Amino acid sequence: MTGTSVGDQQTRLQRVGTAYSEVGVEQRLVPPEVRRHRFLITVGQHAGLIAVATIFLAPFFFIVMTALMTDQQAVTPSFIPNPFVWGNFAEVFDRIPFFSYVWNTTQIAVLSTVGIILSCVPVAYALARMRWKGRQVAFLLVLSTLMLPVQVTIVPLYILWVRVGQIGHMTPLILPSFLGDAFSIFLLRQFFLTIPEELSDAARVDGASEFQIMTRVIVPLAKPAIAAVALFNFLYNWNDLFSPLLFLGQNQKLWTLTIGLTEFQQRHGTEWNLTMAASLMFMLPVIILFFLAQRAFVEGVTLTGVKG
Amino acid sequence: MAGEIQRRPRKRNVKHGLTVLLFMSPWILGFLLLILYPMLSSLYFSFTKYSLLEQPVWIGLENYTFMFTKDPFFWLAFRNTVWIIAVGVPLRIVFGIFTAWLLTLPRSGGRTYRTLYFLPSMAPPVAAALAFVLIFNPEYGPVNQILRGIGFNDPPLWFYGPNSSKWGLVLLGLWGIGDAMIIFLAGLLDVPRQLYEAAEIEGANGRQKFRFVTLPMLSPVIFFSTVIGVIYGFQLFTQAYAASLAASGSTVTDAAANLGDPQGSMLFYAIYLYQQGFQDFRMGYASAMAWVLFVITMICTVTIIKGSRRWVHYQGGGFR
Repeated sequence: MTGTSVGDQQTRLQRVGTAYSEVGVEQRLVPPEVRRHRFLITVGQHAGLIAVATIFLAPFFFIVMTALMTDQQAVTPSFIPNPFVWGNFAEVFDRIPFFSYVWNTTQIAVLSTVGIILSCVPVAYALARMRWKGRQVAFLLVLSTLMLPVQVTIVPLYILWVRVGQIGHMTPLILPSFLGDAFSIFLLRQFFLTIPEELSDAARVDGASEFQIMTRVIVPLAKPAIAAVALFNFLYNWNDLFSPLLFLGQNQKLWTLTIGLTEFQQRHGTEWNLTMAASLMFMLPVIILFFLAQRAFVEGVTLTGVKG
Repeated sequence: MAGEIQRRPRKRNVKHGLTVLLFMSPWILGFLLLILYPMLSSLYFSFTKYSLLEQPVWIGLENYTFMFTKDPFFWLAFRNTVWIIAVGVPLRIVFGIFTAWLLTLPRSGGRTYRTLYFLPSMAPPVAAALAFVLIFNPEYGPVNQILRGIGFNDPPLWFYGPNSSKWGLVLLGLWGIGDAMIIFLAGLLDVPRQLYEAAEIEGANGRQKFRFVTLPMLSPVIFFSTVIGVIYGFQLFTQAYAASLAASGSTVTDAAANLGDPQGSMLFYAIYLYQQGFQDFRMGYASAMAWVLFVITMICTVTIIKGSRRWVHYQGGGFR
């Protein structure tokens, strides 16, 4: 994990970003047969790339098409809706409190993400930018908790939440985020290490406190890493099924999209058109988020190498 | 460094220590409350019979002996989990390297392809799993239609058949290859061009270049993906849960009987643990299962790390 130095990671990031803009220098005086050969290779490459892209995109196409079919047509071997039933989306809203699921999921995802950022930035700062006894030990402990399966702690935690009467509330899904998360701490620490120490020293000479250095020097420079951590956590909570099922399963009012969708499929199992319409509406915000923040995603994934 | 710290006035030293403590406090609290205490607590529960309604009763090693010698579902879940790791992790690595390699080929348009290839990994697992159950529907799903069209008269039942359901999950994993692909892509772009040139001068062909240049240079990334794949493989839950329920047609709230359908072929470790602990409220047994999972995970990780010294090549030779 600490195998490559952080400097390497940064150059690697830049390379992932720029590799495609580095189009080779135009060469003159290439014999026509060589040019022809090159052209054919290019065509072949793009044909292969397009073929694979088609396979990757086909499921999306199929989901959209099914979402627009009648329920009878959805269970036939046809691909193109006939007729196009745009009302399926409205129908989903009639069957389940979709907006309420969206609102619950958004609350959990946003508040947890805020909690993660607020709690992990100072911890990562102390681990990366301050000198103190036991720092290495603390970092190793953070790393080792990355390996711990959630199952090992979940039974006592569940019992704890039962005791304080919070089963069926959002608290168990949000509050722990304010107490740090190993993966986020690790990612932020790695990034903080890449910021030159001189910047902190200069601020120290000017009489800035550690808190001021963190908020005014480090955080502004670490925006890409913080964005990546925020995105990962938002997505994780948006997509999580296990914890909401465990803590909110009995309280339908607070169901998240993941529970709602699984349940919806059960209730209306034969109406695949509606299930796909609901799935599509569930995917859409994430896909939009991805297109808006693609850079942060790709750089974040590359930075960690951890999101496997 | 130490000298510098000693020269500081005592007061400032105390202040420095307090600042560190304050900054670290979320993690310290989290570690004690959300990790250390529950870990020890679940270790204790694992030696008890505990249903949440009654006090835990000490039963010694009974949970463990029952698990290993008398519980056929434990071994079923274990076998299923090992199967999906043994098949899924290598396939994901091969497919990840393949797609990343494809992306290094074009002189233009690479960014667009990268976006398209990455996109499926953004699909929420529950939605993706439900869609795959339909896409791989034995009768009217497009996959089997294509298979029939090209001459397979007896295509698999996929999520509806015990022999093929896990393959459906593997394919779902390959569809969402995006994040692994990006890491491999970074690794591929990291290989110094001179190494390929040197290999060409020595007359290496494409396959040899891949075997003796690309693979060794990618080995740290492969190693990393293997460790992560095994750790998370043992915790596989969401996709299997959603797909299994969708194919069996039972509801979230009364799912107990059908988890892992068809015929237990999708009963994975984390699903069985969830069922034992939170549907049947055998908290003691679930805790014992969790600890066995933890030990298995650690053994696997340590084994992979030890084995990796023989095949993982780090640039600059150092770092282990």
